[in-house]
Amino acid sequence: MSDKTIDVPLTAEVRNRKGIGLPANTGEPINIPRGPGALRTVILMARVTFREAARRKILWIAALGGAAFLGLSWAGLHAMIASMSPKLPAINRREGIGMMLMMVLYAGSMMTSLMAALTSCDTLSGEIASGTIHAIATKPVRRWCLVLGKWAGFVAMLTLYVLFVEGGSMGVSWLETRYFPPHSFAVLGLIWLQAILLLGVTMACSTRFSALTSGAVTLGLYGLAFVGGWIEQFGALRHIKTCVDLGIVASLVMPSDALWRRAAFRVQPPLLGAAGVSAFSSTLVPSPAIVAYAAIYAILALILAQILFEHRDL
Amino acid sequence: MGMTALTIDAEGLKKSYGTRTAVRDLTLQLRCGVAFGFLGPNGAGKSTSIKMLLGLVKPTGGRALLLGKPVGTREVRARIGFLPEHFRFYDWLSASELVLFHGRLCGLADDVLRRKVPYLLERVGLGSQDSKPIRSFSNGMMQRVGLAQAIVNDPEILFLDEPTSGLDPAGRKLVREVIREQRDRGATVFLNSHLLGEVEQSCDRVAFIRHGEIVGMYEMGAWQSAQTEVEIKAARVDSASLSRLAGIEGLVVVAADVQLGGHRLRLRVPSADCLPEVVRCLVENGAEVFSVVPQHVSLEDLFLHMMGPDPGL
Ligand SMILES: Nc1ncnc2c1ncn2[C@@H]1O[C@H](COP(=O)(O)OP(=O)(O)O)[C@@H](O)[C@H]1O
Ligand SMILES: [Mg+2]
Repeated sequence: MSDKTIDVPLTAEVRNRKGIGLPANTGEPINIPRGPGALRTVILMARVTFREAARRKILWIAALGGAAFLGLSWAGLHAMIASMSPKLPAINRREGIGMMLMMVLYAGSMMTSLMAALTSCDTLSGEIASGTIHAIATKPVRRWCLVLGKWAGFVAMLTLYVLFVEGGSMGVSWLETRYFPPHSFAVLGLIWLQAILLLGVTMACSTRFSALTSGAVTLGLYGLAFVGGWIEQFGALRHIKTCVDLGIVASLVMPSDALWRRAAFRVQPPLLGAAGVSAFSSTLVPSPAIVAYAAIYAILALILAQILFEHRDL
Repeated sequence: MGMTALTIDAEGLKKSYGTRTAVRDLTLQLRCGVAFGFLGPNGAGKSTSIKMLLGLVKPTGGRALLLGKPVGTREVRARIGFLPEHFRFYDWLSASELVLFHGRLCGLADDVLRRKVPYLLERVGLGSQDSKPIRSFSNGMMQRVGLAQAIVNDPEILFLDEPTSGLDPAGRKLVREVIREQRDRGATVFLNSHLLGEVEQSCDRVAFIRHGEIVGMYEMGAWQSAQTEVEIKAARVDSASLSRLAGIEGLVVVAADVQLGGHRLRLRVPSADCLPEVVRCLVENGAEVFSVVPQHVSLEDLFLHMMGPDPGL
């Protein structure tokens, strides 16, 4: 098509014969666009999705919940420090604080997981049902870019949420006790990956199922991994091979809990880890391989969402 | 646009959902500068037809080209506009942000959009409300914003799915004007509607769809001579002449009743050409014909005729 400016109004017939484009509504120069590039589409969608997600009531309730949770953990830590006898050896102090912090991080990781599933479960299904997607998907954009953009918007939101709740927990611990857990970035990364993994699964489901179903499927898988994790630890403690195998299968079906257990292993003070007594750790520590597996799983879930969305009627 | 210059070229498009057929056979050829009205009752398959042409829904049969290219390709989508049925969008956006967003999705540059968005909002009568969040908009205002985003890329084909639903008379007039403008720029306008008056006033061509099948297609104006109704006032019409009338090919006796001083016959004839034969037939059977008055057949009459007694509107 032409990119010439047409200043003489032409009839449709003449234009037709000449094979040039139609005049613009505003007399702007005619340039027939080929649509935005892939990156631009992704950025446009990510921005609008982030703003849409940031406006959800659930996010603000979750943020309030997170703030309350941080306050509570602060008060708890404070009370614990106050109750410790000054004669307690530093190593025991650290152990107590570390245990407390781990519990706080665990609760926080559950909150971020819940947020990952609940905020994203109706983004595709809801917009397909409401018809919002019709005006978008008929624009000259690639459908997989739309999914990627939406995903990126949620990733941005979840990143902030993880930083707020989990980073906040660590910050609270440092402010109150001057104790900062080891490997804090790795721990944050693992909890973040857990949220991203659940996000991908939820989005893949929501290309085909209703919001409710998608949320339920993801949280069901999360619960399965959780139970599987305990079975595996129990089996390892009692040397019951079947239980360990069941746990491993559950981790393969949904590696979310394995990610947490790896994070728990990294966050605990070295001595405690060696003793292997913590309820949250790590008689059997998930290997780095499961982290790689989870990362691939998360990417495949995203790709699956893109493929499923690409090939469906809207 | 190539040699064919067909903007829409659909051949036997078909869509089934399981055992249910939404569209049985959509065969349609349209050129540029035509406003096409697609009329049918709810559930007839209008939206499904549009969605197949837009590439939103994958047909289970047939083929279609838009602007000479397969439907749904990005190249085609860059050159078409679409106002979905019951247009809805993120309600925290303002009207101008919404149109800007859609313009960007069309790949338009921001400096073009900076001038264009206010112009378009002015055009659809929302110039003064461009910065309000659309959450506060009525259905009619939403349709107007939807119309603005549909023409942001100066489309060569504009698809409108029930654009006047929820619109007040001023809004309906606006839609008519926009349709006319777009058609006059040389765009093809594809208008879905179950509102006859709307189509009658703004379209050059109309097709009726029923149970997923096109049951009739007419050029506006042409269908009036194709389907003529006449009212005849006559005396001494007997049953023999009535039955001879009914024998004329294509003729339908719509009504025949006795009034003071004679008969009133209402006939639908296939064309005005057979009127002399009708009159001769009556006269030869001894009737006295006082007047033969052609009646205006509204699109509604035609619609009801095409759709049968209960179109399920
Ligand atoms: N996604 C779908 N799944 C199953 N049936 C559908 C779907 N979409 C439309 N239909 C059916 O196809 C028929 C045509 O629908 P539609 O094209 O929306 O009609 P219209 O727009 O003319 O009111 C209806 O009977 C409807 O129930
Ligand atoms: Mg419809």
